[in-house]
Amino acid sequence: MSKYYLNYLDELESEAIYVLREVWAQFENPVILFSGGKDSIVVTHLAKKAFYPSKIPFALMHVDTGHNFPETIKFRDDLVKDLDARLIVGSVQTSIDNGRVAEEKGKNATRNALQITTLLDAIEEHKVDCAIGGGRRDEEKARAKERFFSHRDDFGQWDPKNQRPELWNIFNGRHFEGEHFRVFPISNWTEMDVWNYIRREKIEIPSLYLAHEREVVWRNDSWIPKSEYLILEENEKIETKKIRFRTLGDITITGGIESDADNIEKIVQEVSAMRKTERGNRTDDKRSETAMEDRKKQGYF
Amino acid sequence: MEINNNQLLRFTTAGSVDDGKSTLIGRLLYDSKSIFEDQLEAIENTSKKKGHEGVDLALFTDGLRDEREQGITIDVAYRYFTTPKRKFIIADTPGHIQYTRNMVTGASTANAAIILVDARHGVIEQTKRHAFIASLLHIPHVIVCINKMDLVDFEEAAYNKIIREFEEFSSKLLVKDFRFIPISALLGDNVVNRSENMPWYQGGPLLHTLETMHISSDINKVDARFPVQTVLRPQSEGFIDYRGYAGRLASGVLRVGDEVAVMPSGFSSTIKSIEGPSGSINEAFAPMSVSITLNDDIDISRGDMIVRANNQPEASQDIEVMLCWLNNNAAKPRAKYTIKHTSNDQKAMIKEVIYKIDINTLARKTEDTELTMNDICKVKIRTTKPLMIDSYRENRVTGSVVLIDETTNETVAAGMIV
Repeated sequence: MSKYYLNYLDELESEAIYVLREVWAQFENPVILFSGGKDSIVVTHLAKKAFYPSKIPFALMHVDTGHNFPETIKFRDDLVKDLDARLIVGSVQTSIDNGRVAEEKGKNATRNALQITTLLDAIEEHKVDCAIGGGRRDEEKARAKERFFSHRDDFGQWDPKNQRPELWNIFNGRHFEGEHFRVFPISNWTEMDVWNYIRREKIEIPSLYLAHEREVVWRNDSWIPKSEYLILEENEKIETKKIRFRTLGDITITGGIESDADNIEKIVQEVSAMRKTERGNRTDDKRSETAMEDRKKQGYF
Repeated sequence: MEINNNQLLRFTTAGSVDDGKSTLIGRLLYDSKSIFEDQLEAIENTSKKKGHEGVDLALFTDGLRDEREQGITIDVAYRYFTTPKRKFIIADTPGHIQYTRNMVTGASTANAAIILVDARHGVIEQTKRHAFIASLLHIPHVIVCINKMDLVDFEEAAYNKIIREFEEFSSKLLVKDFRFIPISALLGDNVVNRSENMPWYQGGPLLHTLETMHISSDINKVDARFPVQTVLRPQSEGFIDYRGYAGRLASGVLRVGDEVAVMPSGFSSTIKSIEGPSGSINEAFAPMSVSITLNDDIDISRGDMIVRANNQPEASQDIEVMLCWLNNNAAKPRAKYTIKHTSNDQKAMIKEVIYKIDINTLARKTEDTELTMNDICKVKIRTTKPLMIDSYRENRVTGSVVLIDETTNETVAAGMIV
């Protein structure tokens, strides 16, 4: 006799597919926010399943900071071709050139916060009423309070104290012209779930997640990769280390960890033994205790 | 890790810092090794800044800036941890009466609720309120944790007294599975590890209870209900005539070949194929997301429900609902709302408030029938078109509705069909 209950990965998968189908049913012009990171790759994989045998009905939207890992861009372009999907690129460089935002100054300058303006401009320009993201509630304390269907006002802002109640699996995506929603189908997944799922489904991921030799510099407690944007401080030196990345953001702020995990099996083992959160290597979250909440209120992912 | 048979258990904890709720969650996560070093470092720093002695585990659950500043939980926060036996999702909700709506939200998807009772104070109004909400939302399992046992010298008599108090008022509640565990969240007794201070307690510690309680019957597997979310029409090579009805089984089991009826039209057909997340399957059960094709060409769209021909829900425009009001703006008499029931949106009107429940005494008040924030009332609702309903007690998915105010688009009420 067969069992009539799901294991938790299957349950999370079905939940995410349900959410993606709700998006398609409730919105006019939804997109998947695609960063090239593992979470948005998993969301895209789930979207493929949700609508099979139809194509993914969403365009992929990438906010390009200009400070990318070249591997990420190639991965993105290959995937878009493979899915026969539409790609929308919002460029931070263009936002800077147009005077919409100004580059940060100083040693820890990044383009991380500038993405918010570019993202909101792209959402407005393309009349996007729902942006699907790979955000997870286990990532960060402000994200722990996020809804599946998260309302944004006409300035793209999140009001965490005034969120719509979300009961059972009934999602309310109603909004006025100019407002939009952020939807997070893998809200209930943890980093470990994502890796277990990638392993189970044999999902392709950028090689950056696997251990490889790279020129890096030790900064803010992690290995920052050498790139054309990296300005060395005194006492800092470039070394070659075998590293891998736990999350992928801009090349300027994403720190690697020393690792020998060069395949998915080893990564799953390594992650299960990890004693630090994955965003622990992201300098963008370290700026203050509520750095994520503050950025999210303005319209960050 | 072998995960093929590991289930997901969602539980909710209601309470305030005074009950030790945050300490309990912190303790569960800490002792099950689910707190990371950098998270621990962050709360160590905050503990020092605030002048606390040692690490205040309660800080781990504060999320938003206002909550950290005021030391209270306002909104539902979700926490995750995994043991070799199960994955857990905690909906951490505030316990104060002012946040009833957030408690209801957290309870809506839970398999289990943890209710905290201070061993020194026994059953108080707040305890009754939390138990009532667990009953109202039909949470299948309720674990009453009698906390701060260290402050009553780990005495069995204190524990027994509270169980008696609890039994006295809870017999009218709908929860079938109440359990009682004496704990000290602060010291860790009976949370993850068995207490050495209470040899008289023969049951398992909290985590063991959560890991082993039977939950696969929590979802109704008897009445097949398949609300259609969307229709897949690829019209691509190989799939020219494909019409797949996509949705998630609300309850029950469907198999290829089953005779089905489509509601509300009433047309019947048989299931031709079922596409699961990883390919074709012969049977699907709740809560799987699948797409179904039928052997006959029937007009089916979002909001329709596919059910088994010999087991159908009630189609009704007049429904009685236990309604929890969630919005700052009170209900307007005879105003029209959008009612959302599974994938079906209709217009609705609250025709009559039958009674309001005093959430502290559980008394029914028939005089006061205004619906304001956090009120729980029994009401009669009339919809413009029939909804395909079951009672909430039988089916949490097809027995629940929300109301949306069309002038603000906000979700203003949650209802459980009587």
